[in-house]
Amino acid sequence: MKEVNKSVPKKDGMGLTVGKPAYTEDLAPQNALTVKVLRSPYPFARIKNIDTEKAEKLKGVKCVLTYKNVPRNIVTRAGQGYPEPSPHDKFILDEYVRYIGDEVAAVAAEDEVTAVEALKLIEVEYEKLEPVLDFERAEGHPSIIHPEKEAHEMFPTGFNPSKNIAAEYHMSFGDLDKTLKKCDYVVSERYYTQAQNHTAMETHSSFAYVDINGRLNIVSSTQTPFHARRIVGEALGLPLDKIRVIKPRIGGGYGGKQALHGEFLVALVALRTGRSAKLIYTREEVFEATYTRHPMRIDVTIGADKDGNIKAIDMEILSNTGAYAEHALTVFMVAGSKTLPLYNKAEAVRFGGKVVYTNHTPAGAFRGYGAVQGNFALEATIDKLALAVGKDPVEFRVQNMIKEGETSPVFKIMGEGTEGVDMTVDSCKLEYCVKRGMELCGWKDKYPRKQIGKNKVRGIGSAIAMQGSGIPCIDMGSAVIKLNDGGFFNLMVGATDIGTGSDTILAQIAAEALGVSTDKVVVYSSDTDLTPFDCGAYASSTTYVSGNAVYRAGRKMKGLIEKAGAERFGVSKDEVEFDGEFIRTKDGRNSVSLSQLSTELYYSNKQKQLMVCESFCGEVSPPPFLAGFAEVEVDLETGKVDLIDYTAVVDCGTPINPNLARIQIEGGLVQGIGMTMFEGVKYGENGKLLTNNFLQYRIPSRKDINKLTVEFAESYEPSGPFGAKSVGEIGTDTPPAAITNAIYNAIGVRVTKLPVTPEYILMELKKKMK
Amino acid sequence: MENKIRFTLNFKTVEISASPLKRLLDVLREDFSLTGTKEGCGEGECGACSIIVDGELVNSCLYPVGRVEGKEVLTIEGFRSTPEFEVLRESFEEAGAVQCGFCTPGMIMAAEFLLRKYPHPTEEQIRKGISGNLCRCTGYDMIVKAIKLASERGDGLW
Ligand code: FES
Ligand code: FES
Repeated sequence: MKEVNKSVPKKDGMGLTVGKPAYTEDLAPQNALTVKVLRSPYPFARIKNIDTEKAEKLKGVKCVLTYKNVPRNIVTRAGQGYPEPSPHDKFILDEYVRYIGDEVAAVAAEDEVTAVEALKLIEVEYEKLEPVLDFERAEGHPSIIHPEKEAHEMFPTGFNPSKNIAAEYHMSFGDLDKTLKKCDYVVSERYYTQAQNHTAMETHSSFAYVDINGRLNIVSSTQTPFHARRIVGEALGLPLDKIRVIKPRIGGGYGGKQALHGEFLVALVALRTGRSAKLIYTREEVFEATYTRHPMRIDVTIGADKDGNIKAIDMEILSNTGAYAEHALTVFMVAGSKTLPLYNKAEAVRFGGKVVYTNHTPAGAFRGYGAVQGNFALEATIDKLALAVGKDPVEFRVQNMIKEGETSPVFKIMGEGTEGVDMTVDSCKLEYCVKRGMELCGWKDKYPRKQIGKNKVRGIGSAIAMQGSGIPCIDMGSAVIKLNDGGFFNLMVGATDIGTGSDTILAQIAAEALGVSTDKVVVYSSDTDLTPFDCGAYASSTTYVSGNAVYRAGRKMKGLIEKAGAERFGVSKDEVEFDGEFIRTKDGRNSVSLSQLSTELYYSNKQKQLMVCESFCGEVSPPPFLAGFAEVEVDLETGKVDLIDYTAVVDCGTPINPNLARIQIEGGLVQGIGMTMFEGVKYGENGKLLTNNFLQYRIPSRKDINKLTVEFAESYEPSGPFGAKSVGEIGTDTPPAAITNAIYNAIGVRVTKLPVTPEYILMELKKKMK
Repeated sequence: MENKIRFTLNFKTVEISASPLKRLLDVLREDFSLTGTKEGCGEGECGACSIIVDGELVNSCLYPVGRVEGKEVLTIEGFRSTPEFEVLRESFEEAGAVQCGFCTPGMIMAAEFLLRKYPHPTEEQIRKGISGNLCRCTGYDMIVKAIKLASERGDGLW
């Protein structure tokens, strides 16, 4: 392999470093109208009256939108395959507002100052309603958050809005109660996770204009341009052939841009005024009015026999989707489907629960997509069980975890919103990852704890994780490759580079399949008019799903080049070979460079355009695996926890670009670390989000991260492009469990509620002293 | 109320009429179409808008343009024509420090400021030096590596 498993520089790296205009806001036309949104000051209210007259009369105001003058089509903003597993519960603007920050009205004006001024002139009379702010009391609460008759599910998902239930699901195999009764060791625990915010450095941005052909063009920082086109069409009642969505460079997504935000509003303004219109979210809006990771309450019970073999697992979840149910069912299901197979020898497994509506900022997709929450609960309980059994937690994992060539009944039972697919795990180097990780972090010397001076104790903890590679039988990616004169290629993909480097790794896969060097492949991605379909950047799908499409297209193009060479030499195709630069007959008598052949094909000999299109929709979703190890230092006087070292060994199959794969893992780890240690979410009594800026909501800075050690296992996934699986999400999964396990090993305090705070540690330490 | 404000922008003298309270970030992006300086928070917490004014690293989102009268402003667009930038760019690329890239121009300006102060910074100095610049994509490791690399490669430049 020449072009893959190689750290070629990121295609857009140079342009981004020199600060070229690249992101949505950089590209918005200078004279675009500025759109600003009036947001609800109440967690739950009905708009009794809204008067926009004064705002409309203000000089420079071009358009004011309220629920009274926008199309009333109910949609889900979740960028997912169709029909969506998320219920349709959102109007562009509605008479009800369901959380502090929900959209009341929008103003488009010549400049920002005027738009902000106009918002103040809108007079709204609200009928305040009793909000649902405690998700454990949401079910059956007298306030019904979605009373609108139009709200509906697309297929059975347990949607029951009259009880504030957005989704419900249950599965089981084996006889759980009986099996648990027979177990020698049974442990249980209840966990809570918080509403983590993605905080991509680029805020959610979009602009729209109507082009010369009267078509609506939307430029958006979206992870799912094709879904965005479909959903905008549905919400606005516009035929899809009137809409084009373009994704420029994106300043980070992590799932946070896998739903629509400003697109409806800029589109409506552009259509109504004939002017281009932009909406750039402020940081505060990102916090209050986009969406977060789903906060969950997770109850886990695990049982093992006297030899420490895990026999039964029970996981019960209550998930809080906030005011709208984007990704509600699927995130909750992934908490089980991407964790339970780790312990595939359990004879009885039960998983289930509900996702409820509350009057908080909505929850949605976020890297890890439920697996993080599930992993925290499962892997912390595994440690607890290992202790009960009297085994080293790492050895206990190795004894029970899934191995190469094995399967789990969970794969077939649980998909994302639907049934899953039966599969064996054809590549799984988890055991290597665990052993190598133990070496790297010095497990043997450090487990469980070391006293460091009088007031400090160090502890070490571990966790293992899995994810998927795309959603099998649902998500499709496709690729077009075109040969140009001069012998270079265009690769057109719908796949969406959100800063991950997917344009680069897809070019590498194309180059390897063609046998050329990566710089001969010029990539265009994510333009719904010009590139073929792709579901988008989510579910860890790009490398595997889009990558397989690119691989197929590359192989096919190679065949076409050889065929064209054969025609030129007047021989049969089998006698010809393309080595990346020259097309030759195998007997060595004839040869022509690709550059020359391609130029002849354009201008002078058997003229034609060589172009191929291939698609891929996975039949399986091979999981990547990771073993994570955290070493913490706890200050017994202050309760402060410092993360000394985090080690991760990863099986992602062949890393197409080791450098980019490493950043994916490191970035994921730091987001998981942030969730575990820093990113606290606070609400005021009325449901107002108080942690709505970087001062209040602290994400890790360089000062907070000490040592990160990341290594890759040698692994080859037979169904992946050049042996690759996914790498985008798995980094996020282990820190909550590994860090809290390390804290337990250090001081005997089990943190079951994230994030870890010094106050909590101190309180628990005091309790223990008594 | 608009004032005439004169300053040096990327080695050239410029003059604009603007409210002295307008944020320097907006002046750069809107009046001069210099979009390399990014807005990540607008409240002085993320460093995406970092530029150098009279040799000091500042958050341009908190800086009223009135204050730059007579001062020298350096943004990524001006800095990119210098040999120091070349070294930093190469090092960032080689270390793989650029992911989504949104924090990168600000990070590079912070790195330049750091290297001017400490041509051979210690790990601790680097960590401190970029602690005002948030990056949500990377684990910061590659960025630290990039700055170290630059300080070795650009020996004598700073
Ligand atoms: S935009 Fe200035 S510090 Fe964030
Ligand atoms: S590279 Fe994306 S924020 Fe730093």
